[in-house]
Amino acid sequence: MIMARPKPIEEIIDEIKDFNKVLIAGCDGCVTVCEAGGVKEVQVLASALRLYFTKENKRMEIDETSLTRQCDKDYLHELLDKIDDYDAIVSLACGAGVQFMAEMYRKKPIFPGVDTCFIGVTEERGVWAERCQACGQCILASTGGICPISRCSKRMLNGPCGGSEKGKCEISPDTDCGWHLIYERLKELGQLDFFAEPTDPKDWVSSRDGGPRKIVREDVRL
Amino acid sequence: MRLRYPTNIKIIKVPCSGRVAIIHMLKALEEGADGVIVAGCLEGDCHYQSGNLRAKKRVIYVQEVLEKIGMEAERVAMYNLSAGDGPRFAEIAREMTEKVKELGPSPIKNAKKLASKKSKVEVAA
Ligand code: SF4
Ligand code: SF4
Repeated sequence: MIMARPKPIEEIIDEIKDFNKVLIAGCDGCVTVCEAGGVKEVQVLASALRLYFTKENKRMEIDETSLTRQCDKDYLHELLDKIDDYDAIVSLACGAGVQFMAEMYRKKPIFPGVDTCFIGVTEERGVWAERCQACGQCILASTGGICPISRCSKRMLNGPCGGSEKGKCEISPDTDCGWHLIYERLKELGQLDFFAEPTDPKDWVSSRDGGPRKIVREDVRL
Repeated sequence: MRLRYPTNIKIIKVPCSGRVAIIHMLKALEEGADGVIVAGCLEGDCHYQSGNLRAKKRVIYVQEVLEKIGMEAERVAMYNLSAGDGPRFAEIAREMTEKVKELGPSPIKNAKKLASKKSKVEVAA
């Protein structure tokens, strides 16, 4: 899932301070799972903002809503009737959701309420970690199901480098060496031949090197 | 026990302090409360294992939010006491009332009063 963290409230106050009526829009998707932009976080942010602006004697109305997904036009449409009641929207969805909202409601200022960080997993409650950098050409089949692009600090396709020590990466003793993990897993799977075989340079055109990416699938288009 | 504690305290009962969410404390302040006490059981004594520890984290979170928006963090406080300890409750209630008195009335209550006065004047004009 896409992982994000709440923006500092000072930053959001600064975004909206010149308006009078603002809608805080959460997303029930990924950002709910990482507890950054779901219904609960919308309520807390809206309440804190109301406290701040009331204390400052500033006329400001803050309303709350949350959409099933902000990366989907059908759900964004749900705001059609009420969007004009607001001077601005703070979207707590990931960067994709914020942008899609801005594309649909071109005349409304839309501000981000979270910092979108990575594609990852919930390791435990309150701990989220990166697992994929959406390179567009997955090589997990030959790396024991562990992604060297997101888990090796240098994104090396043939590792480990000389900085790997006792299973840890040289950038920090808290960071596992991705290639150590790959080696250990391939050994467990009896697939060390993958490790012995050098990986060819990757075609990064499917990654960001090819410019903004798009998937078009005629088989599922209407 | 006929203990005396300040009458301006409104008690809201919950099954466990772990039931108190961040939004509950913020809402109380939004409504104009001068201060909020979360009273949980003694640490290590939670019937639900860690409800009071979670409550403690949430209280800290609210205190941080208050600081960031320029309100006194001390308006929200967590106390731990056993459910049978009435005298301690009365003491805490007095302590918090004193603390809040020192801080003065909630800026929210004042701002709300001002706003309603303003709108009355607007109506009269
Ligand atoms: S808008 Fe972003 S956070 Fe919400 S469901 Fe879509 S991808 Fe996930
Ligand atoms: S190889 Fe590419 S697609 Fe596969 S997990 Fe790594 S970054 Fe993601």
